[in-house]
Amino acid sequence: MSIEIQNIRKQFGDFVALDDVNLTVNDGELLALLGPSGCGKTTLLRIIAGLERPDGGQVLFGGEDATHRHVAERKVGFVFQHYALFRHMTVFDNVAFGLTVKPRRTRPSPEAIRERVMELLRLVQLEWLADAYPPQLSGGQRQRIALARSLAVEPRVLLLDEPFGALDARVRKDLRRWLRELHDEIHLTSVFVTHDQEEALEVSDRVVVMDHGHIEQVGRPDEIYENPASPFVTQFLGDVNLFHGRVERGLFRVGDFAHPLAGHDDSDQALAYVRPHDLDVSMSAAQALAQGRIEHIHAVGPVVRLELRQDDGSVIDVALSKERYRELGLTPGDTAFVRPKKLSVFNGDASDYVI
Amino acid sequence: MSDSYSATAEARWVRWSLCGVALAFVFLFLLIPLLSVFQQALSHGVGLYLAALTEPDARAAIGLTVRSAAIAVPLNLVFGIAAAWAIARFEFRGKTLLTTLIDLPFSVSPVVAGLMFVLLFGVNSPVGAFLAAHGMKVIFAEPGIVLATVFVTFPFVARELIPLMQSQGADEEQAALVLGASGWKSFVRVTLPNVKWGLLYGVILCNARAMGEFGAVSVVSGHIRGETNTIPLHVEILYNEYNFVGAFACASILALLALLTLVIKSLIEWRQAREQNQASGRVQLARVRRAGEHA
Repeated sequence: MSIEIQNIRKQFGDFVALDDVNLTVNDGELLALLGPSGCGKTTLLRIIAGLERPDGGQVLFGGEDATHRHVAERKVGFVFQHYALFRHMTVFDNVAFGLTVKPRRTRPSPEAIRERVMELLRLVQLEWLADAYPPQLSGGQRQRIALARSLAVEPRVLLLDEPFGALDARVRKDLRRWLRELHDEIHLTSVFVTHDQEEALEVSDRVVVMDHGHIEQVGRPDEIYENPASPFVTQFLGDVNLFHGRVERGLFRVGDFAHPLAGHDDSDQALAYVRPHDLDVSMSAAQALAQGRIEHIHAVGPVVRLELRQDDGSVIDVALSKERYRELGLTPGDTAFVRPKKLSVFNGDASDYVI
Repeated sequence: MSDSYSATAEARWVRWSLCGVALAFVFLFLLIPLLSVFQQALSHGVGLYLAALTEPDARAAIGLTVRSAAIAVPLNLVFGIAAAWAIARFEFRGKTLLTTLIDLPFSVSPVVAGLMFVLLFGVNSPVGAFLAAHGMKVIFAEPGIVLATVFVTFPFVARELIPLMQSQGADEEQAALVLGASGWKSFVRVTLPNVKWGLLYGVILCNARAMGEFGAVSVVSGHIRGETNTIPLHVEILYNEYNFVGAFACASILALLALLTLVIKSLIEWRQAREQNQASGRVQLARVRRAGEHA
């Protein structure tokens, strides 16, 4: 079922959590709400679920207005950040809860409930833990039980709040892949909240990047990564080097350096963002953006990371392939130029976009 | 204590002297007085003991005590849950004030509390005069005793529940709502089970205090034998009349109540531990079986 969010506003005291947010979640897609803490992503998720009332705007489920529908009637699955499993119930009773609280008329028979619960426990591969209590489970197991519990009521949409936030790195990777596979299997419209850009880019069909109660950009992970719409998105999606300069007749100029730049109007103040792996090191100043002295070389793993210090003291991060590094034959203390293979240029002043 | 503890444990003489001090204290100030109550009560034989308990004034005192506890405890239960719910789950103006007010009966001397009711409902007050004109007597009668008991036991259940509910948070209740439970179902199936042990403990303490309260009840009671005497008041009267067997016999009921309270509390804790043990046993078994299957 599709979800439409229209002009949603929410304020907590003086703090504006959501400022006129519009978004459509397509039927069957897995959407990530990505942003730093306090950007409004969790509030938006809770408004979709009905756990929070918006100050203005509408939430539509499949074209039908659900803004004033009570949370218990929305038929959404919600997985809480800390799982919120019922601690006094067994895993079985936790998963069965949504079915056993149904009014008598629509409640399935005990046998049907049992069958459904065991089916869900098999889906999350934990049927052997049916008799356990939540405190006896590991974080990853709790997560999967919380998911099974929310699926028991056959929700129209699935909402997950920081689903992997409280897990350690290894389990997180496994569960991520598992969630993606599960989604491909059941095709339930799903929205999850995360502050981890890697997670959002890896798992979701589309990513919504949020900041300060606004949506900054919506798009497929590769689109967002390759063509970030704003300095904020660029910085939030990963390590990036920033160059202050100006655009002049098809050239991006930083001091004495100039790099060809097509399709950009002239501007006195411009910012160029270049990811470390989009920088190349060169011994000539042609098309370079800056010059620096190589301070550190980290050559462990498939990528060689260099740190170049500029004359003004700022540091440029460069990631080279092993082959390219060997070819250049660099040693610490060398002075070299950095040349971008790809750069994102925005007009304006960087001070607005400090994360 | 096994050797594995010794790395962080205190020196042997520290441990022994700490335990010794604690045990000596328990013995001197708890065990000996408790035993002496029963010793005095039974000093002239079981017959006299039973007679002292079954004489009409004693029976009336026991009856009144049970009745006022039977009213005060359920009232407290309802109020305590409502107050704890309100304070733990909602933000509202005056929340701090409410929290402070709940503690008021603990900080006010029970005698002052009793006097307060005398001033409020006595025949010389407008309210008391109005009630008296309609044939209702509050002070020096049962309603006054119930009121005083409710007042002094007011904080017990709420104080037990508030920190518990605050630490548990509202996530589970919200999860229940999202899963389609009504507010009432979420309360009965999620909130109550989560606080049941704290609740029971609060009720036990509340009941013990309701039956044992002396100061506040003493002021509003008027000490009318066979009518407005609760057990603690009855004990005092008998003692002042040098009827030691009678006084200690009635006191032994309160002492027994205290012991019963302890037994129930231990039972609850034991059952809780057993439930957890069984559950972890089952999980252990499931783990072993699963490991076997995979091997």
